[in-house]
Amino acid sequence: MNRRQFLQMSLTVSGSLLIGVELAAKTPEETNLETPLEKKIFNPNAWIRIDPTNKITFLIDRSEMGQGVTTSLAMLIAEEMEVDLDQITTEFAPAGDQYRNALIGLQLTGGSTSVREAWEKLRRAGAVAKMVLIEAAAQTWDVPKEECRAHKGKVVHNENSFAYGELVARAAKLSPPDPDSISLKPASEFRLIGKSAPRLDLHDKVTGKALFGIDVKLPNLLIASVLRAPMIGGKLKDVDDSAVRQMAGVRHVIKTSDGVAVVADNFWLAQQGVKALKVEWEGGDARLSTESIVDALKEAAAREKAVVAKQVGNLKNVRAADKILEVEYVAPFQAHACMEPLNCTADVKKDRCEVWVGTQNQSGALQTAKEITGLTVDAIKIHTTYLGGGFGRRGERDFVRDALEISKAIDAPVKVIWTREQDMQHDFYRPISYQKLRAFINKDNELIGWQQRIASPSIMARAMPDRLKDGLDHSSVEGAADLPYDIQNISVEYALKNPGNVPVGFWRSVGHSQNAFVTESFIDEIAVATRQNPVEFRQQLLKNHPRHLGVLMLAAEKVDWEQTLEQGEGRGVAVHHCFGSYCAQIAEVAVDKNGNVRVKKVICAIDCGQTVNPNTIEAQMHSAIVYGLTATLHSSISIKNGTIQQSNFDTFPILKINEMPIIEVYIVQSEEAPGGVGEPALPPIAPAVANAVFAATGKRIRHLPIHHTDLA
Amino acid sequence: MLTLNINGNAHEVDVPNDMPLLWVLRDVVGLTGTKYGCGSALCGACSVLIDNQPARACVLPVSETVGKSITTIEGLHGAIAETVQQAWINEQVPQCGYCQSGQIVNTVALLAQNNSPTDQDIDTALSGNLCRCGTYQRVRAAVHAAAAKLNKGATS
Repeated sequence: MNRRQFLQMSLTVSGSLLIGVELAAKTPEETNLETPLEKKIFNPNAWIRIDPTNKITFLIDRSEMGQGVTTSLAMLIAEEMEVDLDQITTEFAPAGDQYRNALIGLQLTGGSTSVREAWEKLRRAGAVAKMVLIEAAAQTWDVPKEECRAHKGKVVHNENSFAYGELVARAAKLSPPDPDSISLKPASEFRLIGKSAPRLDLHDKVTGKALFGIDVKLPNLLIASVLRAPMIGGKLKDVDDSAVRQMAGVRHVIKTSDGVAVVADNFWLAQQGVKALKVEWEGGDARLSTESIVDALKEAAAREKAVVAKQVGNLKNVRAADKILEVEYVAPFQAHACMEPLNCTADVKKDRCEVWVGTQNQSGALQTAKEITGLTVDAIKIHTTYLGGGFGRRGERDFVRDALEISKAIDAPVKVIWTREQDMQHDFYRPISYQKLRAFINKDNELIGWQQRIASPSIMARAMPDRLKDGLDHSSVEGAADLPYDIQNISVEYALKNPGNVPVGFWRSVGHSQNAFVTESFIDEIAVATRQNPVEFRQQLLKNHPRHLGVLMLAAEKVDWEQTLEQGEGRGVAVHHCFGSYCAQIAEVAVDKNGNVRVKKVICAIDCGQTVNPNTIEAQMHSAIVYGLTATLHSSISIKNGTIQQSNFDTFPILKINEMPIIEVYIVQSEEAPGGVGEPALPPIAPAVANAVFAATGKRIRHLPIHHTDLA
Repeated sequence: MLTLNINGNAHEVDVPNDMPLLWVLRDVVGLTGTKYGCGSALCGACSVLIDNQPARACVLPVSETVGKSITTIEGLHGAIAETVQQAWINEQVPQCGYCQSGQIVNTVALLAQNNSPTDQDIDTALSGNLCRCGTYQRVRAAVHAAAAKLNKGATS
């Protein structure tokens, strides 16, 4: 990244020093030096705040949903600023353009981008702080700044030292350094980066003190529950709320753009009110079912016309193949099922508005508040809380809209809480994906052609239609369109189809989650068909892909191949690249006589470039593997009579501790730029397990979750 | 009016008898460390101790807790609780953290009855506590570490 960066410093009302490095492409007002200081104070465009009492605060501009950004982003700043992690306090940044994620264009946490985007930006912010503080100290002592150094939150010169807080007033009067004069430490000098650090958010998370969106308290706060149409695409026709309005503790019943809200003194009463509503709905399609959707996708895939997402060579060259392997795969709809059901708190007044929310998308929350209140950005405050899981769901705006609409209508602060059932039945689901594949094998038993046709609903068509190019949604083909295997002739094709307009959205690792299951299972099928060892077969085809190869061989090396497997046991491998990182997994499974699959062990090798916090990288490997295992073994969303069939953890079971495999994580040491870690370990787990099941049983899993296939 | 004994303190609450304890704790008393996850005793996020036994507050009518001692994550104290919480930090267990109040409350109850739980004991005690972040391997390590620490403390 070689972006022009502006440096900004200001002294706040409380006398704190605020330092930031700002990206280019600001509005004229923001970059205008004539903009009054007060404005900068109240709209801080920075990550670091130092106050005269030596309290050093980092403003974390990404959302903490478990992935550990509070700690890893703080490490980037602390490294260059020469402070220790225990010397700092973290706070979630407000919504503001200066906090936009340059890789996405919005203030949004997603796409495993946090560390990748912040890597230079926040180290530079830390370096600037250090340089200015050194300058301030050098001037105070009247010594050359080259003789001073920063160390553990102090500037030191011989036996003299100043704590950073003591330098605040003088530092704020200095001009920020010339951007070209900022130099960052080489990796060999890192004190913090690359070494496991304890998370900064754990004390609050083991004592019940951590503030999630659902925990927000305000004076006179009312609680709302919103009833939505049970059928996909359904709309409110009529509501009789006469009985509900008489209920004790019920304060308001109002229509929102998505349904009917009951506002009460507490959530229990609000739910009782919702249950007593007499509602008539209209719209929806009673004929819509999972089967009708699969049929429609199958038909779309069979049509000749499809968009080409990747082409290598020409499949016409392989018509004379000796053997053609032809199969179809299905990956179903999935719900996000964050442990914390969706919720949002809003207080809309005539001249101002505040929102408290566990969101991945501060820009979206701000935009929603602008649209609903008609207020300007200056009058809106977005407070980000901890997120009880996100996985893409909390990047949406529907739950934020609920709270804003209701608060505006009743002129009082309100917290909207979705029930688990509402959360599961009104999700933006991971799209279903139907895929048809052909492998062409010549008489020398070589793979000479690969054809993959993907038919699926498009996320972009709903969420960001401008990113849909010529009918191609990159998120539907990612992981397939960049198939790494060196095959002479490849064609990956896409047919966009959204039968019934099921709402679809970004689900941890997005298109990679379906496509890696398909590509890594199918490559395994080809290895079997050509009688080759699955690891060696991949190795042959990845000669020109050193980082794929690196993780594949690292994982293979960690397997105890000498250990013989019992009857009904098998090993399966998968390797995949996404979000800037490379991950290989080898799963060991046992399948019992009744066909029940137990995943015993997963070996996970990850190359995410330069590491920041190996502690949280390991945790994210566990996390993505478990999230993916749930979708591999248990969960799916199905549709019947136009309605979602699952509603809670009984019908959408998630992996439990007694099913947890042993996971071994191996991290490649690398000085490549950091890659993402929140998502890359998810795509390989489904195919690794499916391939292991094949090794154990001889039965190929082509439809997830695994229980679609009778393994008994 | 019902009188509840929560974390050693008496609280007078004016709520319907059938209101689940969870919402009394969260929306009436203001103790938000106990979490709502499913409302149907399927996920364990709302776990509390009733007379030191784990219970699911989301399906427990508040009237049934009158005259009993209710302990939430905020009220955990004593050697077992502190050791468990410290083990959770040492093993770096929580990710999003939302289910962890429930995991910790159930672990404290487990260790109060069984000072050397096997993996199977842990499975039995904690398989009702769902974690979407997948912290289970570190949860298991932390339970074992806490048990070892407590036993060491008891014998030294």
